[in-house]
Amino acid sequence: MKDIMGIINLIENEDRIKDLTHNRPIATIPILGRYRIIDFSLSNMVNAGIRNVGIYTRGKSQSLMDHLGTGKEWDLDRKIDGLFLLNPIIDFNNIKINKGDIESFRSHLNYLKSSRQRYVVISRSYMICNVDYVDAVNYHKETGADITIIYKKIEEDIDKFNDCDTLNLDKKENVISVGSNLGDKKSYNISMETYIMKKDLLLNIIQNSINKGDYEYLKQAVFNSMKNLHVNAYSYNGYLSCISSVENYYRTNMELLNVDLARQLFYEDRLVYTKVKDEPPTKYCQNTNVSNSLIANGCVIEGVVENSVIGRRVEISKGAVVKDSIIMQKSSIGENCYLENVILDKHVRISDGKILSGDKDYPFVIKKNMSL
Amino acid sequence: MRKQKKEIIAMLLAGGQGSRLKELTKTMAKPAVYFGGKYRIIDFALSNCSNSGIYTVGVLTQYQPLELNSHIGIGSPWDLDRRNGGVSVLAPYMGPQGGRWYKGTANAIYENMGFIDKYSPKYVLVLSGDHIYKMNYSRLLEYHKKNSAKATIAVIEVPWEEANRFGIMNINDDNSIYEFEEKPQKPKSNLASMGVYIFNWEILREYLINDEKDGSSQNDFGKNIIPKMLKDGLDMFAYKFDGYWKDVGTVESLWQANMDLIKDDNELNLYDPSWRIYSRSYINPPHYISHKATVKSSLLNEGCIVHGEVNNSVLFPGVYVGKNSKIEDSVIMPDAIIEDYVTISRSIVMDNITIKSGTKIINRDKKKITVVNEDRGNNVMTMMDNMGNIKRIIKKVD
Repeated sequence: MKDIMGIINLIENEDRIKDLTHNRPIATIPILGRYRIIDFSLSNMVNAGIRNVGIYTRGKSQSLMDHLGTGKEWDLDRKIDGLFLLNPIIDFNNIKINKGDIESFRSHLNYLKSSRQRYVVISRSYMICNVDYVDAVNYHKETGADITIIYKKIEEDIDKFNDCDTLNLDKKENVISVGSNLGDKKSYNISMETYIMKKDLLLNIIQNSINKGDYEYLKQAVFNSMKNLHVNAYSYNGYLSCISSVENYYRTNMELLNVDLARQLFYEDRLVYTKVKDEPPTKYCQNTNVSNSLIANGCVIEGVVENSVIGRRVEISKGAVVKDSIIMQKSSIGENCYLENVILDKHVRISDGKILSGDKDYPFVIKKNMSL
Repeated sequence: MRKQKKEIIAMLLAGGQGSRLKELTKTMAKPAVYFGGKYRIIDFALSNCSNSGIYTVGVLTQYQPLELNSHIGIGSPWDLDRRNGGVSVLAPYMGPQGGRWYKGTANAIYENMGFIDKYSPKYVLVLSGDHIYKMNYSRLLEYHKKNSAKATIAVIEVPWEEANRFGIMNINDDNSIYEFEEKPQKPKSNLASMGVYIFNWEILREYLINDEKDGSSQNDFGKNIIPKMLKDGLDMFAYKFDGYWKDVGTVESLWQANMDLIKDDNELNLYDPSWRIYSRSYINPPHYISHKATVKSSLLNEGCIVHGEVNNSVLFPGVYVGKNSKIEDSVIMPDAIIEDYVTISRSIVMDNITIKSGTKIINRDKKKITVVNEDRGNNVMTMMDNMGNIKRIIKKVD
């Protein structure tokens, strides 16, 4: 798959997940104990043999750079191609507020132009999935479509994909139109916002849009140009989740406690890579009681953990109870605490005896570095 | 290529077979043996080097080097992938006079004098890749310099009744060494050599050349070089190390060292962020403990899935424990699959093997540890006790 380049567009809507995106993009929210959200889309690309990945950011890239580094964990520290972090370029003479991502693509047009690959896969970070892009690109070539959009047909828990784009397809999987999920139909073809096309077509779409000045978002520009193009859809049927809101974030962590679902995401041939932290194994003490939980390395667990996701290097002291919660890395929970339906961001310290509880539908989020 | 001069470089002896580890070292050298739910034995010495600021390390391999080579690679897990220095794996090689194996520990260094000379170091740290301990070698170096010693040997107090199993250093009040006794019947002190030496390279170089000329020498540091230096009256000092140190030379001591890690007051604190032990990482999701599982007093690594009961055990990455299975006082190496209704106690289960449903491996003899392995050629599962005697062979039916 030498002929494909990857683009991960991190200019994503953070309105409904603001509690977790202080100083970080959605892409670097810790998830499932040891990952960051971007690990999934980046690993998908690397697993397809893509060796040139451009990541368009909206700034706030400190945590991203810290996480990705030179791209070593993804084997993207290459002499030829590799990982490119494309931050917005601020021109103080020409500041317009609320500019969409087209402006970012414009600033870095040369990156696209000078990349040697013929095809491009454009994806988001917040769609958690394990897709075989090799198969998808082959499908794209077979159908002869100009653009292929990857989608999943959803028939259950439609509210998990509220406001996601939906595809109206004909019998040959051609895209007739793109709509939005309002949750009122029985089944939806949820667009995973992953597009496969020739690089030249992408350049055309961007340049046209800049020339006319009519669109601010790449997505709009793509949808608008669809009228004159052959757009097909590729059906994915593995695990999918969209981390667009705090509730979805919570739900995704909780539903992946189901080993069979987790297997679809992790135990395929395509592995999920992340930054290595060199934590020791997790230590369970004499009187612990842990059930139905995912636990990362480096933890010391003395208390009770039930239906929870525990990040790296978390300490859970004696007598503490953690239920239906997500604890991110390096947090510590004091003796005899009781936590239920809570999300603790990184480095949170809970002192002895505290009782914190949220609701299953509205988990209680405690911000990074807080001490209670 | 010109090399930058280094003050100190480390030479890590990693060619030992560790024959008393029996089954465990059939396909890998002792330093490559798995330890502590995540590591291999050599990780401790390599991490100590990196954490002590010694970034030039020669690793001397000989016996079954495949696993070791792929584990070390270019040294990136230990931050030893350096433009100048870094880690170099030094295997025996062919010369104009033909090829030869390393005859002993001293000969191994002798054969690689060229490697050391390239960096023209003032000091050489000689280490063994066989031991579990955390030690700041820069303190040892300071001590060596402060005493203007020609050689400094790290020692640790061992129980008097075990002193006859070690190389014992007899020292004066100022910690200078006056005598070295290998496994003495009546030990005069209980300070055992840890196999960690600092030498002034110029002096060691000379001794190595002379030792090589001596046909009767066994070319060993403990047996030849150190006694010769003492005899010649060189200034040699003992550096007393105070901390956890274990030579995991036998099945039993390897098992015991793993069990030590589970104790709440274990001295080898793996959780100290200022002295991490690095290793090559596996790509695995966090481990999963199911509804019906119970896990107590144990160490678990990523990628494990536990449905049964795990008590007082160490599980390496990717271990699967099926429903109603019970694991007690055992060490389960990477990617072993333990199916349902299996009972295992006081055992070491080797990596990548499958234990079929209903198997019971119960050890009633409190002194014995069972090593469970698979003989893939003959499609049987073997169980050996720690003396290497085969206890039972189970024909596998698929």
